[in-house]
Amino acid sequence: MTGTIRLQREPFDAAHEAAKLVRGRTDIGAVVTFTGICRGEEAGAPLLAMTLEHYPGMAEAEVTRHVEAAEKRWPLLGVCVIHRFGHLSPGDEIVLVVTAAAHRQDAFAAAEFLMDYLKTRAPFWKKIESARGTGWVEAKQGDDALASRWVGNPRERAAAE
Amino acid sequence: MKLRYFAWVRERIGKPEEDVDLPAGVATVADLMDWLSDRGDEYAHAFDNPRVIRAAIDQAHVKSDAVIAGAREIAFFPPMTGG
Repeated sequence: MTGTIRLQREPFDAAHEAAKLVRGRTDIGAVVTFTGICRGEEAGAPLLAMTLEHYPGMAEAEVTRHVEAAEKRWPLLGVCVIHRFGHLSPGDEIVLVVTAAAHRQDAFAAAEFLMDYLKTRAPFWKKIESARGTGWVEAKQGDDALASRWVGNPRERAAAE
Repeated sequence: MKLRYFAWVRERIGKPEEDVDLPAGVATVADLMDWLSDRGDEYAHAFDNPRVIRAAIDQAHVKSDAVIAGAREIAFFPPMTGG
């Protein structure tokens, strides 16, 4: 099972996408919906606009690889990932991750895993226009640390900590 | 071989993609960054800190010691900031 993966300029409807995953099913007991939104300030300066550049082809391939990894790791009953590109304004949705499972722990964990990897591995780049000027957003080291916590077998990692 | 550039790497070089014929001796991604750096000021500027540049061969992430023989498309870009 590989879920819905879409890269698009257009807005998405998070509630609609979550409803589509569970419609007609009684095996799903938990749905986690995460929406990333364009904030109206960056480092203390008002943000006027954001442009998301992506690498067509690779972006789809990379998201698909991570959805497949999530499906191997947790018993998911549905996944949806939508990432927008192009011009965005403060308040606009950027990314949607929906995960469905029988139990909430699997749905929460898979959604966090997917977001951590989207942040650090999916080929997207944010350029922002603020009162201070225009520039590319720098990658945060904290995001790399969040992604690296998923590396390896969870039991091995717990033993090492 | 097709090269593609994204975000500020693309802006510094001044083009999104190009086709290049590589001389013998350019074996790895790191070699390719070295070779590109010598092509002009715009390339030298883009690759002035090669440790921060990420690369992909045929649309999959690779490290700078990856061998480029047989690659159809190599991309260079800054650390990703999606999500």
